[in-house]
Amino acid sequence: MTEKEYDKIPGTIVFDADKSREGYHLNQFCISLRLQKNRDAFNKNEEAYLDAYPMSKEQREAVLKREWNLLLELGGNIYYTSKLAANDGINFQNLAGRMTGMGVDSYREMMLKGGRSIEGNRDKSEWGED
Amino acid sequence: MAKIMAGVGCSHVPAIGVAMDTGITHEEYWKPVFEGFKKSRVWMKKQNPDVIFLVYNDHCTAFDARCIPTFALGCGAEFQPADEGWGPRPVPAVKNHQKMASHIAQSLVLNEFDITIMNEMEVDHGLTVPLSVMFGDIKQNGEWPALVIPLCVNVVQYPAPTGNRCYNLGKAIRRAIESYEEDLNVIIFGTGGMSHQLQYKRAGLINSDWDKRFLDLMTQDPVGASQITHLEYLRETGSEGIEMVMWLIMRGALNENVTEVHRHYHVPASNTAVGHIILENNA
Repeated sequence: MTEKEYDKIPGTIVFDADKSREGYHLNQFCISLRLQKNRDAFNKNEEAYLDAYPMSKEQREAVLKREWNLLLELGGNIYYTSKLAANDGINFQNLAGRMTGMGVDSYREMMLKGGRSIEGNRDKSEWGED
Repeated sequence: MAKIMAGVGCSHVPAIGVAMDTGITHEEYWKPVFEGFKKSRVWMKKQNPDVIFLVYNDHCTAFDARCIPTFALGCGAEFQPADEGWGPRPVPAVKNHQKMASHIAQSLVLNEFDITIMNEMEVDHGLTVPLSVMFGDIKQNGEWPALVIPLCVNVVQYPAPTGNRCYNLGKAIRRAIESYEEDLNVIIFGTGGMSHQLQYKRAGLINSDWDKRFLDLMTQDPVGASQITHLEYLRETGSEGIEMVMWLIMRGALNENVTEVHRHYHVPASNTAVGHIILENNA
């Protein structure tokens, strides 16, 4: 696949048309949890509920294991996966604490101190990545 | 004739709505966020707008992945606050000025902005939080003090419309509004931003210097702001900072020369830098 100009930004997955295609059924599952009746059905039997969504095996496993970063790598978008998180009682900030691997407390602390600096966070080379 | 009197730029962080709905705005964490809207609420009362044209984005609430319109204009009679996964916000339904919305829809398409027309749509925090911060607490059984015409912009799936396109759409919106025959006082809101990244390993990114420059450009050099590239937004302001293209729609609908009457900037509200500006059209 040709490289995209935004692929060089570290720690970031841009939800573009390719990701959207890949994550379609995963995201449609996530957004279904917006409604209480669906949350109830999902919480009663996750596996059975997921059968209605023809997502890949990998995506399905990532949902069941709540692997938040993997969900994004597999085409999930944060506004969708956040619905799954909300169902688990996890808000945006706590979800970010998990995705960054910092944990909820140190993430909250970082935000109180003005957030993650842009310095050293513009290019993958600054993270020692290609 | 209808006239656009002013523009408001404003973040729409969901946690700000939650803070208002749960009555914790006086807490240390939230105080500085709301402090910056005190003057705005007084200003809003004085302006007493008939209609707010509100540019915002839906966060996979009313729109799921089945249909992703770049620009969707709310033309229905009213819009209910949506359940975004934690229950709907306890705020009133938003009432439209339907006749004016139809006029705008027609005018925009004839001016070559091929928008999508929404006759049924729920609205999420992207629309209700700016109303709440600018009007203050309004009870669920009450009414918003102004009619609202929503314009929903796709900024979730890349690419969002370019800043330049948004700026020009703002100009077309102004032509549409100011060719509507009723004497109405209109304020346009551009919402979202400022720098924030909600996802993956770089979540928590904040770029205050960049944000402040953007606020300066809003007042002094909107054309310059309209040329900011998607790559710059993504890299410098975080993956969700690209919401700021919506401020350019607001800015395009104002005169080139405006008076900045208020500005507010604070970090953090949850994961986000809160930015706010009020710009009045010079007579």
